Amino acid sequence: MISALGPVASDLGANRVVRGVKIPHPCGDPTLDPAGDHALRVGLVKASLDALASKLDAARIFEAAR
Amino acid sequence: MSGLRVVHYLNQFFGRIGAEEAGDHPFTVREGPVGPGAGLQKELGDAGEVVATLICGDNRAATDLEAFGAEVEAALRAQRADVLVAGPAFNAGRYGLACGEACARAQAMGIPAVTALNVENPGVELYRRKTYILPTTPTALGMNETLARLARFAVKIGRREPLLSSAVEGYYGRGVRRTQILARPAADRALDMLAARIAGTPFVTELPLPAVDRVAPAAPVPDITRARIALVTTGGIVPKGNPDGLKQSNSTEWRAYPIDGVESLEPGRYESIHSGYDASAANANPNYVVPLDAVRELEHAHAFGALYPRYIVTTGVGTAVVEARRMGREIAADLRSQGVDAVILTAT
Repeated sequence: MISALGPVASDLGANRVVRGVKIPHPCGDPTLDPAGDHALRVGLVKASLDALASKLDAARIFEAAR
Repeated sequence: MSGLRVVHYLNQFFGRIGAEEAGDHPFTVREGPVGPGAGLQKELGDAGEVVATLICGDNRAATDLEAFGAEVEAALRAQRADVLVAGPAFNAGRYGLACGEACARAQAMGIPAVTALNVENPGVELYRRKTYILPTTPTALGMNETLARLARFAVKIGRREPLLSSAVEGYYGRGVRRTQILARPAADRALDMLAARIAGTPFVTELPLPAVDRVAPAAPVPDITRARIALVTTGGIVPKGNPDGLKQSNSTEWRAYPIDGVESLEPGRYESIHSGYDASAANANPNYVVPLDAVRELEHAHAFGALYPRYIVTTGVGTAVVEARRMGREIAADLRSQGVDAVILTAT
């Protein structure tokens, strides 16, 4: 799950949480130039794929590499 | 004062019409009490009279609650009801829905109504904001004791006596807050609670937190490079013009839209209908909410197996937890049947 409210998502029972950017634009940042913004989004999806492939015993918040 | 005109609702079983085979029995009005209505009348004493009993088969009621509710309304009007008592329905699912719907309709007409359901009955979550629901045992073993509480409560609401909080009166909380002046200020009460907590002595919170489902983390996807992945969002991104009329808030529906061959969600072709956040960024670039462009890039780079050719959307604002849970179950079942291995859910 990609959410700008990482700890809230986690507290409410989501186990694999990727910390998103902001509530209205979790998967990107309009203040960045287009290339940087796109790279940020790719990083968030990569972190999501890592989360899906990770073995977990408890909820965890993943951070995208910036 | 003269006794209240009490109308009682029962299903086909308690209404002495038949068991499961009579589940389609049409809506019927009988004069006076039927079945448990006799016990209800005894508990009411002189305070009220069970003037009529409404009976409907569980299947008939639950499969078309709208039509059922209209029949209840007409009967309550014809009977000039002062108060409606429904059930108790214990943990019977369809019966619980019918009791909840009947009471909700009565309340909406200005006729006070009460039913009694076990905490596990789905009718509790669906209707507790719309009517008064008292807790019961899971089965009819608790019938007599429940009828006594229903009768007392019915007299109270029928006479329009002021009610105290759900904790005091014993009904399931309706999510209604009222201002109340207390002798001691909040800071003093909070410090008392803190002191009690540190001392390990019991205290009662004034702000109970909702109970949260805990699920064990799902096993990891064994081979992400072969995984079929779906995109799901609660961010309200729909094709421009919202062709299916999805609701902007309090959603009860989800939709799947094709993205086969689509490389990126282009502005002007997709838009956000979510009423709970500023949609300007999402409308300028819908990939901010459903990151399709990035997902496609990683798919082409073989970072995972394949993207499921539809994305799924609902609008997560003001949505009742019970509805969200149902939609989640439906979406998971649908994706599983389509051979999807994992989901990336984006939330706004």
